[in-house]
Formats: sequence, C-alpha cells, structure tokens
Amino acid sequence: MIPLSWYILVSAALFSIGIYGALARRNALAILMAIELMLNAVNLNLVAFWRYLTPNVVAGKVFVLVVFAVAASEVAVGLALIISIYRRRHTIAVEEIDMMKW
Amino acid sequence: MVLLEVVQGGGLFAYAPLIIALPILGLITNIIFGRRLGERFAGIVASGVVALAFVIAILQFLALQAHPEGVTIPIAEWISVGSLSVSWAIKVDTLSTTMMLMVTGVSTLIHIYAIGYMHEDVRFQGDPGRYTRFFIFFNLFVAAMMVLVSADNYLMMFVGWEGVGLCSYLLIGFWYEKGEDGIGNAVAGKKAFITNRIGDFGFLIAMFLIFGAVGSLGFEEVFDWAHAFGEENVLIISVITLFMLLGVAGKSAQLPLFVWLPDAMAGPTPVSALIHAATMVTAGVYLIVRSNPLFSVTASTSNIVAIVGTATAFFAATIAVGQFDIKKVLAYSTISQLGFMVAAAGLGAYVAAIFHLINHAFFKALLFLASGSVIQGIEAGHHHAEHEGADIEEPFDPQDMRNMGGLRSRMKVTFWVYLIGALALSGFPPLAGFFSKDEILVDARLENPALFFLLLAAAFLTTFYMGRQVFLVFFGKARSEPAAHAKENPPVMWVPLVILGVLSVVSGALNLPKIHTLTDWLGTTIEHVHITEFSFSVAGLAVVFSIVAVVLAWMIYGRKPIEKGEADPLRKILGPIFVGMENKWWVDELYDFLFIRPYVAICWFLADVVDWRILHDWFHDSVLASAYRNGSQWLAQVFDLGIIDGIGNGLGNITKGASQRLRFVETGYVRNYALAILVGGLLTLTYFIFG
Amino acid sequence: MDWQDFLSVLPFIIVAGWATILLLVDLWIPANRKGITAGLAVLGLIAAIAAVISRFGIEREAFDGMIIVDGFSSFLQLLFLGVGVIAIAQAYDYLRRRDIERGEYYILLLYSLSGMLLMASAGDLIVVFLAVELLSIPLYVLAAFAIPKADSEESALKYFLLGAFASGFLVYGIALVFGSTGTTALSGMVAAIESAETTPILLLVGSGMILVGLGFKVAAVPFHMWTPDVYQGAPTSVTSFMAVGAKAGGFAALLRIFISALPGAAVMWMPLTMWIAALTMAWGNIAAISQTNIKRMLAYSSIAHAGYIFMALPAAATPEVAPEAVRAALFYLVTYAITNLGAWGVVLAMEKAEGSGLEIEDYSGLGKKRPALALAMALFMLSLTGIPPTVGFMGKFYLFQVVIDANLIWLALVGVVTSLISAYYYLRVIVVMYMRDGEPEVRSEALLNSTIFITAFGTFFFGILPGFLLKMINQVSLLDLFR
Repeated sequence: MIPLSWYILVSAALFSIGIYGALARRNALAILMAIELMLNAVNLNLVAFWRYLTPNVVAGKVFVLVVFAVAASEVAVGLALIISIYRRRHTIAVEEIDMMKW
Repeated sequence: MVLLEVVQGGGLFAYAPLIIALPILGLITNIIFGRRLGERFAGIVASGVVALAFVIAILQFLALQAHPEGVTIPIAEWISVGSLSVSWAIKVDTLSTTMMLMVTGVSTLIHIYAIGYMHEDVRFQGDPGRYTRFFIFFNLFVAAMMVLVSADNYLMMFVGWEGVGLCSYLLIGFWYEKGEDGIGNAVAGKKAFITNRIGDFGFLIAMFLIFGAVGSLGFEEVFDWAHAFGEENVLIISVITLFMLLGVAGKSAQLPLFVWLPDAMAGPTPVSALIHAATMVTAGVYLIVRSNPLFSVTASTSNIVAIVGTATAFFAATIAVGQFDIKKVLAYSTISQLGFMVAAAGLGAYVAAIFHLINHAFFKALLFLASGSVIQGIEAGHHHAEHEGADIEEPFDPQDMRNMGGLRSRMKVTFWVYLIGALALSGFPPLAGFFSKDEILVDARLENPALFFLLLAAAFLTTFYMGRQVFLVFFGKARSEPAAHAKENPPVMWVPLVILGVLSVVSGALNLPKIHTLTDWLGTTIEHVHITEFSFSVAGLAVVFSIVAVVLAWMIYGRKPIEKGEADPLRKILGPIFVGMENKWWVDELYDFLFIRPYVAICWFLADVVDWRILHDWFHDSVLASAYRNGSQWLAQVFDLGIIDGIGNGLGNITKGASQRLRFVETGYVRNYALAILVGGLLTLTYFIFG
Repeated sequence: MDWQDFLSVLPFIIVAGWATILLLVDLWIPANRKGITAGLAVLGLIAAIAAVISRFGIEREAFDGMIIVDGFSSFLQLLFLGVGVIAIAQAYDYLRRRDIERGEYYILLLYSLSGMLLMASAGDLIVVFLAVELLSIPLYVLAAFAIPKADSEESALKYFLLGAFASGFLVYGIALVFGSTGTTALSGMVAAIESAETTPILLLVGSGMILVGLGFKVAAVPFHMWTPDVYQGAPTSVTSFMAVGAKAGGFAALLRIFISALPGAAVMWMPLTMWIAALTMAWGNIAAISQTNIKRMLAYSSIAHAGYIFMALPAAATPEVAPEAVRAALFYLVTYAITNLGAWGVVLAMEKAEGSGLEIEDYSGLGKKRPALALAMALFMLSLTGIPPTVGFMGKFYLFQVVIDANLIWLALVGVVTSLISAYYYLRVIVVMYMRDGEPEVRSEALLNSTIFITAFGTFFFGILPGFLLKMINQVSLLDLFR
C-alpha cells in the first residue's frame, strides 16, 4: 500500500502549484482555476487522512463534500463577477483593475 | 383591592428610581422644547414632574406601611476599583422617604408659585428668555436633592450634596449681571460656593477616613462596623464625625461657616424658599441623623455638635433682630432654626431634629414665599406709582422694611398667611413650631441646662424679631409711595401659600405628645430614638417667653408705628448692641480681616514678588535666560542642524514619512496582496517549524 | 441527535430559513417598495434575538459537539444580530439614494449573518469552515452590489479572489490539523494534544495556516492588504456591515480555536500572535495618517483595531489570564462594533448620490451646519482614539490591563504609543469639522439618524457606566471552553 506521506506530498505539491498559479497568472479566470487546484489539494489530503487514520468515522468524507459544495458556490459567485466585469471592460486582467490603491 | 395587595407585596418600591428620573426627564424636556413652547409649557412641565415625583414618594410611603424595614434598590455598579466598590442604589426607608415626601411636596408648591413669580420677575429684571432656564435649574436641584436623600452610601450622598451645591450656586447668581456694582449676585454665588467648599473638604476627609477605617462607604457596612467595633475606635469615629460636622456647618450654615446664607438671598425668592430655607440647607441635619450610629458612639463630638447648634441658634437670632431687609431677617431666622435642629441632633434627639426640620420647611417656605409676594406687591405698586407720577426716592429698595407698612389691608391673603407662618415659627400652640421646638427644649433641659437656657433665649428672640417684622411690614401706615399702591398677587402665587399655611398649622400633629407617630415611624430606621415626653413646665415657660416677646414687639413697633424716615426705636433702647446686631456683629469684616485679606496678600506676594519679580525678573531673565542664551550660542553651533532639529520636528516627520511609505505598499494589484499573504504564511510556518 | 439539538441552532435556522423564505417572498414585492423586505428581514432578526435570549445561560453541546451553546456563543450572537438590525436600518435609505435598491440586499445580509451566528457556536473545524464561507460568499456579492459602478466591481473582485485564496489556506490548515489529531472536533483536539497522539509537524503547519486564513478575515498584518481597497470600493452600507460583522466573526473563530482547542500549543503561537498584534497596531495606525479618503482612513483604523483585539490572544496564552482576556476581547468587540457602526453611519450621511463627499476635507463646516451630527462624529472619533468618557477608552483600558496582567508590558506599551499616533488622524476629522469653513451637503434620513443616535448614545453611555456591559460579559463568558 502506498504510504500516507506520499499523498501528503502530492497534495502539498498540488497546493503549491495552485499558489503559484494564483500569483503568476494575470487572468482572473486562471487565478480562479488555480484556487480550485488549492481546494482540490485539500480534498486529496482529507480523503487520504480519512482512509488511513479514521476509516470508521465519516467526518473526513463529509468534510470533502462540504469543500466541494463551498468550492462550487465560490465558482458560481466568481464566474458571475468575472463575466460582469468582462462585459464592460472587455478584459479580465487583474493588473488593469487597480483604480483603488495607496 | 388590587392596590392593597401591591402595597403589601412591596411592589411599589420598584418605582423608587422614578423619583430621580422624573425631574431629570422634566429638565431634559425643557432643555429641548422649553424655549420653543413657551413659558406656560415650561412651568407646567417642571411643576408636573415634581408633582409626579411627590406621588412616587407617597407610593413609597404606602409601601413602607407594609414593609417598614425598607429596601435598597440597586441601579448600577458605579465604581469598582480594588477594594472600593460603590454601587448606585436607592435606599428607601422611613427616614429617606420622610425627606422625599417633604422635599417633593414643598418643591411642588414652590414650583407652582414660581410659575407666577418668575413670570413677573423675568419682566421686572428685563430678560424673559431666562424663564425656562430657571425651571431647568430648579428641576436639576430636585433631582440632585433626591440623589442626596436616597443614597445608600456616602459617596452617592456626596454626589447629591455637590449637585445641590451647584444648583444653589447657579440660582443665587441667576441674575448674575445684577446686584451691587453689577456683579453683586455673582459675588454672592461665589461666596456660597467657596464657603461650601470648605465644608465639602470636611465631608471628603470624613469619607476618606471612613473608607480607611471600614473599607467601605455603604451606610449598612459602616454602621454595622460602628456597632461591632465602635467602642474600641472611639477616637477615629470622633475625628470622622468632627470632619462631618465641618461639612454640616458649611451646608447647613452653622457657625463659623454661616456667612454665605444671608448673601444667598440674592437669588430669586422661590430659590430662597426652596433651597435656602426648606430643603438644601437641611441636608446637613439629614447627614447627622443618617449617621446617627457614628455620632451616638462619640459623646464628645455630639456635645460639640450640640454646642455649635445652640450657639448658632442664639447668635443668628440676635442678628435677625437688627436687620431691615425683609429677606435677610428670614435668612438669619433660618440659620437660627437650623441651629435648633443641629443642636437637637447633637443632643441625640434625632426625631426631634427631623420633626423640626419638616415643620420648619413648611413655615419657612411659607414665610419666604409670602415675603416674595410682599416684594412683588410693592414692585407692582412701584410701577403703578411711577405711572401716576408720584415722587419716589431713588434708588428704591423694595425689600427694605422701612419702606413698607400698612400692607395688611392691601394684601389680605399675604398678611394672613404671613401671620400664620410667623406664629408657627414663634412656637405658639397649637401651631407646628410649638411641638417641635418644645421637644428640642425638653431634650436640652434633660441633657444640658446651659444649652437649654441659650435655646430658650433664642426662641424668645425669634418671637421678638418676627413680631417686629410683622408690625413693620403690615401694620401702621405706608412709609413710601410704592407701599401705598401695593396690590395682591394672582392666585397661582397665593394658592400655594394657603396650602403651606394650612400645613404649618397642622404639621405639628405629626408627632403629638402621647401619640408619637413620627417617633414610631422613624424608629424603624434610626436606632437611637427615645420618646420625649411633653413637659408642661418647659412648654409653659416657652409660651410665656413668646407672649412677653410679642408684647414687647408691640410696645416698641406696634403701639406707635415708626414714621417715614424715623430711626428704629430699638436703636435708642439697646444702643451699641443694636449697632452690632445691625452690622451682623462684623463677622464678615472679621473674616475679611482674618482670612481673605491675608489670603489675598499671600496670593499677591506669590504672584507679584515670588513669581514675577524673583522667578521671572531675576531668576528667569538673569539666570536662566542668560545662561540659556550663552548655552544655546554654543549648542547651536554643534547640534542645531543635526540632532535638535531632528528631535523637534523629527518624531512627527518620521511617523508621517513612515505613513507615506506604507501607503505606497498598497499598490492596488491584487496579486501583490496575495503575495503578501503568502509571504506572511511562509514566515508563520518558518517560525512554527524552526522557531 | 434529537429535537434539542435543533433548538440549539434555532437562531441560525431562523435567520437562514427566513432568508430563504424572503428570497421567494421578495418576488412579489414591487420594486419600489423594497422597504417591506427590509422590514421583514428585521422581523426575522428580532425573532432570532428572542431565540438567543430565551436560551441564555444554557450550556450544552449539540450534534455530537459540532455545535457549542454557551455564554460565549450567545453573547456574540446577540452582538451579530444587533449589528444586523443596525446594518439594515443604515442600508435602507442609502440604497434608495444610490438607486441600487433591491430586495436581495437584505437577503444576502441575512445569509451572511447566519454564517456569523454559526461561527459563534462552532464546535468543530468543519463547521468553522462552513461558517467562514457562509459568512464570506454573500459579502462578495454585497460588495459587488453597486455594479456597474467601477469601484464596487473592483472591490468585489479583489475581495473575492483574495478571500478564496485565503480560505484555501484555512481549509488546507484544517485538513492538516485533522491529519495530525485524527479529529475535527475542537474538544477532541484538546484531548489528542494532551495525550500527545499527534503528528507535531502537521499540527504546527496546520495551525499556522488556520492563522493565515482567519488573520485574513480579521485583517491582521500582513494579511490585511485587501482591506483599504475593498472597504473603499464597496457600497458604504456594506462596508459598515463588513467592517463590524465579518471582523467579529473572524475573531469568534480565532478565540475559539486558539484559546479553547489549542492551549496545548500556546508556547508556539504566543510569540507569533504577539508580533502580529504589535505589527497590526503599528501598521494600521501609521498608514492611516496619510489617508485623505474617509473610507480608506476608517479601513486602516479597522486594521489597527484588529491589532488591539489580537492582543487578547498572546495574553490568553497565560492560563490564569485567559478567561479575563476573552472577556476583554468580547468587550472590545462590542466597543468596536458600536463605535464603528456609528462612524460609518456618519459617513453614510455625508455621502452623496454619485459617491462623492467621501474626502475628509468634505467634512469642513459640519460643526456649524449639523452640530448634532458633528458632535456624534466627534464622539466616535474620541472613542476610536480611546479618550474618556467614551466606551473606546473603557475597551482599551480593560484590554491593556489584561495584557499587562499577562506580563506583556512592551506589547501594552506598543498599544499605548500607537493609540497616541492614532489621535493624529482621528482628531484631524474633529478639527476639520469644527475649525474649517465649508458648506457640506448632508443627508438627514430618519432611520440613519436614529442609528447614529443610538450608537452615539451607546458610545457615551457605556463609556460612563460600563458596568451593565461588564456585568453581562462576566456572567456569560465564563466559557464552557475552559473545562
């Protein structure tokens, strides 16, 4: 059986890729996708922990479902926002949305 | 009988906080709406809330019938620092309720009277805009007085004590731009304030000592302590009570601090009646009675209290004989009567003190209001006479009794109520003053014959100066044109007078011999009550003295009324003694010489010599400035551009500069913000893992 | 699980359920009469308040410890619901004025409130996460409520992206803590840490990431950068609600997790929280000085206040001081809520329809034009600075006292010095109002005025007689947490 630490490492890598994406991409949609990656890293972690540590308790599995639901609603709100911005500005590059600063 | 059940259940106690809240509500209403809605509204609101407070006091009275032990209603935790914990709670017991009933009752009547009186007064003084302000102050006074009497600890009591002092100051100087040299009233207010401050100092020290000894300021804790450990702590209790006495002397105008009260008559007459006769000045007596467990432990202080009271009673009575200002006579009479109460409290006759306090509130309020009625009648006459072109000497003093005379026929109601008040004050049976003064005299005779005779002499003088006043004001012929044209005032003014007149007649029934209603009533609160039995010899002696005094007054002033411009006949009879009485035994001058001038001299010395000439001219200019000049010459070369500049403007500039820098960290780019979060997170993790 | 469990979350059920019902009802309410929706929403909140009050003093766990009902949760829920009522009252006229009146506003506000209510009684990390999201997602939408206004749009996008990013950290941290302790229940975590059946490295990384996620919510340095932009761009009524409600919600979770579930790791997080507190106070106050826009200034002010409240965490690491520290934090939260709602209310009154009137200079002459309003604003500014006789002074006093009790004297010193610095920009508002001449245009709307009056009265009243509040806090926050 694959040791638990492998899952943790994969998940950490996934999370880091997500962070990198969120920081490196200029496109708001891409940032959103990167954040989804971060959440999926969490899900991977949760499922692994549940399977290895507490297979008899449902908490871990339920948590995954909760994260799914939350991620879905975040995407819903986020996409609506991004579309609305795109309609007027014809761009979703976060660099160009910097009216407020200092 | 729902009401009966409520009464017996003690549910009415819950309304007690309203007794403070209502006057405050009234004054807030008047502050906000008073000016817009006019005089009538302001007067009715102010009187209405006080009347409602009186109703609340009656409810408390009813509730106490079923629960004579009373209750303490906590309102708020006020101060809680270390071991000092002071709550604001309302103490409803028979003593405080007695005071509440008296204060709110008399206040209601005087408020109503003031509706009429101030209507004329603001016009006579030429500033109708102050009408509302008067009632705001008046309501504030009632609220503060309620705090004072309902307090359950010394600190709350002190808050009320200072509150009434403030109102007194504000109202004495109500016409602050009037009076002698255009500043007399303000000076009178200041004098009252400063004299009271000396007394307050005593009260404060007493509180500090109490807290030091007991560790609490609550009445219950302090009194329990006095019961338990009073015997071994007589010394400290004596000191505490002596400092309290200083407070009492300030607020209740006793020797040696009484000098402010006569000057306080500069305030409008309702103020004199309410604050400086019926209620505030009795706060000192209330303090002694409330603190009776402390005073009864220490015989020495009690003796001093009795002596101070008696001496004041006699001393002030002699001055009253020589006054010509109608209100000044009453002011000295008030001081004298307060002396009676304080003496009674010092003799341990606490019930007699409260009994006299209540009776005095009725008849002295009556006398003051009636004197106000006289003054306003004469002012009206003045106006009228001027209108007719009569020849009036200017400046005309409407308060000088030498300008009056013969008002009996022109101001009938005022005359009759004045007569009742005078008789009650003089102690003619069966009016109010007779019973309460008799109780005090009987106690004095049992305790200390010397004080008894001095008090008897004071009582004799009281009757004499009241007789003199009545004859001078109401009998004989008018000695001036305004007096000849004086006329009666409207019902809003004389109706309260009639009610007070009735009360002055019947309030002696509160504590009739053999029945002792008040003694039983207060007995549940005051621990050291004793029933004073009626003594025919003492009463008889007092009555005989009073009759002799009246006859004497009649022989001097009544048989052959003095003419216009004629000197007081007493001046011939008493000679230099009368001069002393007329000049208040030069007490003010003595204080001026002993305290005020040296104080001013010291101030001048400090200001002019020490501060200006020595510190400023010599030390500052010669030593500091020249040293500084020389030093700075040198420093300027070395430091100026570097460090001093930096420190002077530096701190501010550094902060501002930092602010400008931090500001531009905020770039507006969302990815930078995310980076900051990541960096923060990494730092956190680094710390957690390696730290 | 029985009906008692459902009673335990009754306030939450009422608010969330009522919001769902209103969502349907709102369809039938004509567009120009959305005041009805607002009124109905307030009714729901009142029902929830009644539900909270009715179970005051009860302490129990529900749904196998996922929900904790205790004094802490009840007190905070009352605070949230009170904030909700005022926020709705403040929003009504403002939305009409800016022509963005839609019923969804109140419904979203109710949803966000339900998240806060859930947060207050969360007993499990899953619930914490759920509550954070339930609290935040409606706020994202609310921040975008003035779309097509560009600033509202930008504010919402920034808030959303960074919020989602931060909640990624939060939930990853929660997952790691779960991996370390084998449980998500807070009480279970205490037991696991005590019995040392944990993987320390996962626990440390996990709790660090939770700190990041929640630090973002309360706007602690260095996770605070979003605050000024978002506060400035969002419709002011949303900002007012966000500044008070979301921050209090974040602190509810922080106090619960760190003080009750992780006291075993206090040695680790104590120095860190201490530095965060000090940095946040300094940064917020210093950066506020150079702001000219009142919304931005108040945003930095809210960062600084997060720093003050944050001080309760390192103080609570000393076990004897912990209960007192929680109380001080709760007291400060109330202080902060009352004063800030009032200050934002004044900003609402000054804002013009097209969104101008937000520069501090625009307040010139307010003292002459609207003396009562200026007096209220002066009171709020004094309270934020911490000058008696205002509640802000009492809050700071209590908090600093607790910090000193925990022997963190230098931290208290930082607090005092930064308060002094803050006087510079708070008092400037007063100076501008009273000493500059100007002709400000001011709104006078009954609902808004009454909220300003109520908060001003509270600011003053609790400043003189804090006893009422302290008494309540002393009774309720004897935390079930400190079993």
